[in-house]
Amino acid sequence: MTSQTVLAAAGQVSGGEEVTFWILAPLALIGAIGMVWARNAVHSALWLVLTMLCLGVFYVLQAGPFIGMVQIIVYTGAIMMLFLFVLMLVGRDASDSLIETLRGQRVAAVVLGVGFAGLVGSGLYRALEGVQAVGLDKPNAEGNVQGIARLLFTKYVFAFELTSALLITAAVGAMVLAHVERRKEDRMDQIATMKARFRPGNYPGPKPGPGIFATSSSVATPARLPDGRLTDRSIPEILPVRELTAEETSLKGTEK
Amino acid sequence: MNLYLAAQDPTLADFGKDPWWLVLIKIVFAFVFGLLATLLGVWFERRVVGYMQVRPGPNQVGPFGLLQTLADGLKMAFKEDILPRAADKVVYFFAPTISVICAVTALSVVPFGPKVSIFGHWTPLQVTDVSVAVLVLLACSSMGIYGIVLGGWASGSTYPLLGGLRSSAQMISYEVAMGLSIVAVFMTAGTMSTSGIVAAQAHGTQLNIFGVDVPAPGWYAILLLPSFIIFFIATVGETNRAPFDLPEAESELVAGFMTEYSSLKFALFMLSEYVSMVTMSAVTTTLFLGGWRAPAPITTFWAGANSGWWPMLWFFAKVLILVFVFVWLRGTLPRLRYDQFMRFGWKVLLPINLVWILVLSGLRSIEDWQTKDRLVATGIGAGVLLLATLFWPSRKKELRPSLQEQVNSRPHGSFPLPPMDLQVPPSPRTRRVVAEREPANVVGSDSREV
Repeated sequence: MTSQTVLAAAGQVSGGEEVTFWILAPLALIGAIGMVWARNAVHSALWLVLTMLCLGVFYVLQAGPFIGMVQIIVYTGAIMMLFLFVLMLVGRDASDSLIETLRGQRVAAVVLGVGFAGLVGSGLYRALEGVQAVGLDKPNAEGNVQGIARLLFTKYVFAFELTSALLITAAVGAMVLAHVERRKEDRMDQIATMKARFRPGNYPGPKPGPGIFATSSSVATPARLPDGRLTDRSIPEILPVRELTAEETSLKGTEK
Repeated sequence: MNLYLAAQDPTLADFGKDPWWLVLIKIVFAFVFGLLATLLGVWFERRVVGYMQVRPGPNQVGPFGLLQTLADGLKMAFKEDILPRAADKVVYFFAPTISVICAVTALSVVPFGPKVSIFGHWTPLQVTDVSVAVLVLLACSSMGIYGIVLGGWASGSTYPLLGGLRSSAQMISYEVAMGLSIVAVFMTAGTMSTSGIVAAQAHGTQLNIFGVDVPAPGWYAILLLPSFIIFFIATVGETNRAPFDLPEAESELVAGFMTEYSSLKFALFMLSEYVSMVTMSAVTTTLFLGGWRAPAPITTFWAGANSGWWPMLWFFAKVLILVFVFVWLRGTLPRLRYDQFMRFGWKVLLPINLVWILVLSGLRSIEDWQTKDRLVATGIGAGVLLLATLFWPSRKKELRPSLQEQVNSRPHGSFPLPPMDLQVPPSPRTRRVVAEREPANVVGSDSREV
């Protein structure tokens, strides 16, 4: 890393750095476009992961190994993983709908987006053309991590603590919103569950599965008790009640 | 002698100077090490678990059954590769590769030994080292989760999805504990590069406890014992090994995230699991067990134990012992329930870790003080701790009704209870079966019947 630091500080671009850039820059761009383009939310997240990984490597190339690795660990490893977690809970087929609510909105968005990107890109290029990076040596003199630590815990310690307080507040707030308070009396311990199970009027055994002693293996067919009566305890409550035809209720002739 | 030894210690400046062929050799070595470790690791695990369960384990293919894994791998390659219709094809294909790539990449910053001479080049036995090498390891392990999570999602069925969800929650939780336990290592070693951490554990330190100099061992496993224990527990959670193998719990989720996988893709998942087990053992060795350095008594008798190619032996021995511990855990402990597992991670490992780091940084910041000030500072801390434990509100015990009272208070018409002193008579059927059974190996009776 030291050699890279020196090179970046001197404003030279080494061969390896250039090759890495020209491989990863298109990939990062493809990832960004794919993220917008993808219909499936999970695919979108994956494209974003690709872009973030490329950005992490760029940081390392720019003599900031710590921020690069933290980008990969925190953003790609933890935050995107939480995103994925939520997306997977939502369901895998939750694709975007393709109905345009505002007519011509998509074309306008594409034109404006490309125009804005061109504007920013050319502006940055004109402004930074031929600019040499200077002074990278000084902050990295005692090591990249040590330099960041010194700044964070001396000059910016108040801002740092304030940010962490903000994050903790947000986390506690989310917990309070999502937390369901249960009173101590409502909590069922094992003995209470057992008592409820053996309460008079409650059958303690498992419910009969569908199709046991029944004429069909369908879930909608009620199970038969050993004495031949039908039991509706075996039918899930959400199933609509259905009249069985005579053919369905008659024996199938498979028993000997 | 000391100078000679110091010259062997790689520092950050020694990396990035190898010719391309040497880099290639090192990379191939690390890769082959991962593969071979898997090949032998599966065999080792099956044999050790077999020994613990009083059965032979695989012993047919090759000497001691050593080639059993190879045979299984070949068989797996010839099996049908099933692609479920509901699968997301691209993601389904890439998920196992992500897992393997991340697991193997982590080996690139693990130091296998000191500087040695390879074809006339004086080079460290480590693919590369950067100033943030330990963060590279963390990044690899956190990216490796993507393989499992995406594999579970892309399979397009319920059990894999549940396995993937569990895996993502599990890894995020245990990564926090893992990262925090490494903080203690960073604070003590003062560096994040793996070779630097190994070098920092080379010599014992002098601990000044209440004005008395006490020699302490260099290994962080002893010096930072709480961190070591938490780190190892977190690695077990991070590598999906029993008793934390909830993403692939066969009693609940069939095979978890790899239920739908077959053939080579399944083999890749297996490979990544074992490679990451070995990688994590190697990382634990590097961070806490002195890396490639010989254990304490050896260097006293034999000064050359830490030079040349010998350190690889110590390194492999330490890794092997840790892998054995992984297998031992699997053979001994039952799987945790999911809520127990999460509670353990967030409510036990994390608070202990935070308190330990607080104590450690407190001790380190009063290191330079006068003896009297230091005593006062530690005394205040210890006093607060003592008062807190003394006056910690304890939960009032509820009055539990006795068994007879519970029985008496049952409402009318409850299920009948058997008497408490019921003697169950032996079943008459068992006696009859035993009496009527004939001895199995009577020679004459067989021939007469035929």
